[in-house]
Amino acid sequence: MATIDQYETGSTHFLLGNEAIARGALESGVNFVTGYPGTPSSEIVATLAQVAAEGRLHVEWSTNELAAVEGAGAAATAGLRSLSAMKNAGLSVALDFLTHFAYTGLGNRDGAMVTVVCDDPHGHSSGDETDSRWLARFASTPMLEPLTCQQALDLVKYAFDLSERHGQLIFYRGYTRLCHSSSPVTMGRTRRKQNQLYSDTSISLNPYLAITKHTALSEKLDKIRREFEACPFNSYEGPEKPDLIIVCSGAGYLCAHEAAELLGLQDLIGFVKLVTLWPFPSKFVRKHLKKAGKVLVVEEVDSFVESLVKESILDGGMSGIKIYGQGSGHLPLVGEIAPDPVARALADITGIPYESFSQDYRDIIEKDLNPLIINRGLTWCAGCPHRASFWALDKAVKADGRDAYVTGEIGCSTLDVFPEGKEQIKLLHSMGSGTGSAAGLGQLEPFKYLQPVIAVCGDSSFFHSSVPRLINAVYNNSKMLQIILDNSATAMTGFQAHPGTGKNALGDEAPRMDIAEICRSLGCQVTVADPFEIKASVRTIRNLLKREGVQVLIMHRSCEIVRMKAEKTHPFDIEIDELACKGEECAICSSSFRCPAIFQNPVTGKAGLKHELCAGCGVCADICPFKAIIKKKDVRR
Amino acid sequence: MIRPDPFNLIVSGIGGQGNILLSRIVGRLMFKAGYYVNIGETFGAAQRGGSVFSAVRISKKRIYGPIVPDGHANAIISLEALEALRVLSRYGNPKVAAVVNTEPIYPVAVLSRRAEYPGEDDIRRAVSKASGRAFFFNATRMALDLGAPIVVNIVMLGGLVGVGLLPLEASLVEEEIKTSVPGSKTELNLTAFRKGISAVAV
Repeated sequence: MATIDQYETGSTHFLLGNEAIARGALESGVNFVTGYPGTPSSEIVATLAQVAAEGRLHVEWSTNELAAVEGAGAAATAGLRSLSAMKNAGLSVALDFLTHFAYTGLGNRDGAMVTVVCDDPHGHSSGDETDSRWLARFASTPMLEPLTCQQALDLVKYAFDLSERHGQLIFYRGYTRLCHSSSPVTMGRTRRKQNQLYSDTSISLNPYLAITKHTALSEKLDKIRREFEACPFNSYEGPEKPDLIIVCSGAGYLCAHEAAELLGLQDLIGFVKLVTLWPFPSKFVRKHLKKAGKVLVVEEVDSFVESLVKESILDGGMSGIKIYGQGSGHLPLVGEIAPDPVARALADITGIPYESFSQDYRDIIEKDLNPLIINRGLTWCAGCPHRASFWALDKAVKADGRDAYVTGEIGCSTLDVFPEGKEQIKLLHSMGSGTGSAAGLGQLEPFKYLQPVIAVCGDSSFFHSSVPRLINAVYNNSKMLQIILDNSATAMTGFQAHPGTGKNALGDEAPRMDIAEICRSLGCQVTVADPFEIKASVRTIRNLLKREGVQVLIMHRSCEIVRMKAEKTHPFDIEIDELACKGEECAICSSSFRCPAIFQNPVTGKAGLKHELCAGCGVCADICPFKAIIKKKDVRR
Repeated sequence: MIRPDPFNLIVSGIGGQGNILLSRIVGRLMFKAGYYVNIGETFGAAQRGGSVFSAVRISKKRIYGPIVPDGHANAIISLEALEALRVLSRYGNPKVAAVVNTEPIYPVAVLSRRAEYPGEDDIRRAVSKASGRAFFFNATRMALDLGAPIVVNIVMLGGLVGVGLLPLEASLVEEEIKTSVPGSKTELNLTAFRKGISAVAV
């Protein structure tokens, strides 16, 4: 398959939104790319890593988002074009630098920097659906947001151009329904120019003299706002005298367009399509609001644009305009936008009826379909070492008998909290937060807090942000057990490299950081265990829970998907001895261990194996109390 | 020509079954045939045993959004039996065509005996009642017979092409398969595709 840099100018290819953003970066002559994996943003850096070229395009998986933007920001101050990509949660991590970076600007006439932040409305693959558009206003940083995959490509070029001309960082917002949509995209010309690099030692880029710099920044933002008022990416589509104006942005545009069509209103509605979100082009919006007395604002998650439309109306002294949207109760306050809620809103505003289903079909859904549907919660893959680790943790905590409290964080280990996991983790928020939370709880003994405290983190998270928290724990004499589930991959987001894998974003050899050595150097006592050695792991955890200080247990075993890709063979061929199996009486393997490859066979009344799902790890054989699961050397391949 | 326009195909299944490849093959072919195509996908955490689906939106008029309006699917390919019900309950209508792999993949709620997986007859009855045309076959069994459970998606692609809902010519699909899978797997995938076509032949 061709890589995106090889597509010819003018040719049209089927691209994922994130690939379109990556191509847009190449057409902008991007030289320096950084980021940390996070759905739905990960494919941007991953795609660019495939085309990285020494001396022309540097691509890295950074340790975390803060390191990513600091590196990219510095590269821009030296005259390069840099891009960072991350999910919404990552932008929060990066913000400390970015708020100050807005005050200093890039300080270089040639440099340019774009930070792509991808939101996940509905939290399809996230713990929250936080709307990062507010952070543009918070960080005094202009923000752009495309409506379609084609525009996703074109807009990156404008973002770099804007950044270079104004010497400011630009936020570019993606969202799940753009990042993970594929549609035909026509290529422009890739730019191979590289600026002469130079760090100007005659100026100092620092935010001090905040008032002076904030004043200059405000003036610059006002200049950018004036540019946005006439920006061709903002457009109006529809009749000169529409019955209703829909102000839409992001995923809202295609949904609103379709909703209008579903009600047969497409020729009566005017669409104000907003691409420059901040600073808000108030005059442009007001000009079009005048066309109709009724306005519906369609966006997703928060009412960011709606608030700004209302602000614009007030500022412009306009009256007699009725605003519909989240505020009026016509559109949902939470979740992603879809055609249906917009269609219902339009139906209510215009009085034209709209029903998604006939009453007859609604009856079929309720009586015939819904009673059979079972929720399919997330779980670890068959063969995942985390299932074994949490099994051992559960056993050890029960045997310890002091109601140990387990904190966790983001990544595949998170899957524990779902009913399909082992439900050990009881406190979980953000990357690395399990360690920080446990460090706090581990200092509560003087307050008569007597439960042992256990933090669980993954290996990529360890590097991302657990380390400073571990330092805090040791420094402040906390008593806790830190379990690091080291599966040698950033597995949840697609197995990206991290400092512990010995590889970089390009797949080349890189210095390998040793987790155990790092922990030892901090003053932690370190133990290493193999999660597949269940009995030994249980014993180890029980022993460590009795010790003082900050104990670290590294449970090391490769992610099954990564292992399988490399080794292409299962360790064992699993068989069930139906004579020995106690079936429903026991069912530990299916109902408690919950490996997706084992089920209770209603025909035999015994455990059954789904061979096509089984990874042959053999852990089920070790936990079966009746030795009814047998592991044989796999000879199939 | 496609009818209706836009034509909404939903490909559902479980993470890891290859529904994204399937939908992209269809999407690329329809795009090459001169249609606007937009595919909305769910992946990420959903890979871990969760329900996944792709919506392939095909039109001669313009690009449609990645989300199909409720009740507006025109065809459903489900790589897993229960998932067909889930998709129908949101996107179904009396005219929709459904091509369903009858092999279950049990949700963990079933493994842990908090829920019971419906019987195959119940699933067939419900899908048939909630669709205009329904086709059932065990694509997983066919893939296992080929020694490669991974090609279940290509067997199902054969089912879609065999049903003839979209103007997809088998020879062009085979060309697209060849460019989408590693060379060593070409024959295996082509065999799987042809098995799928014959599975729905009457």
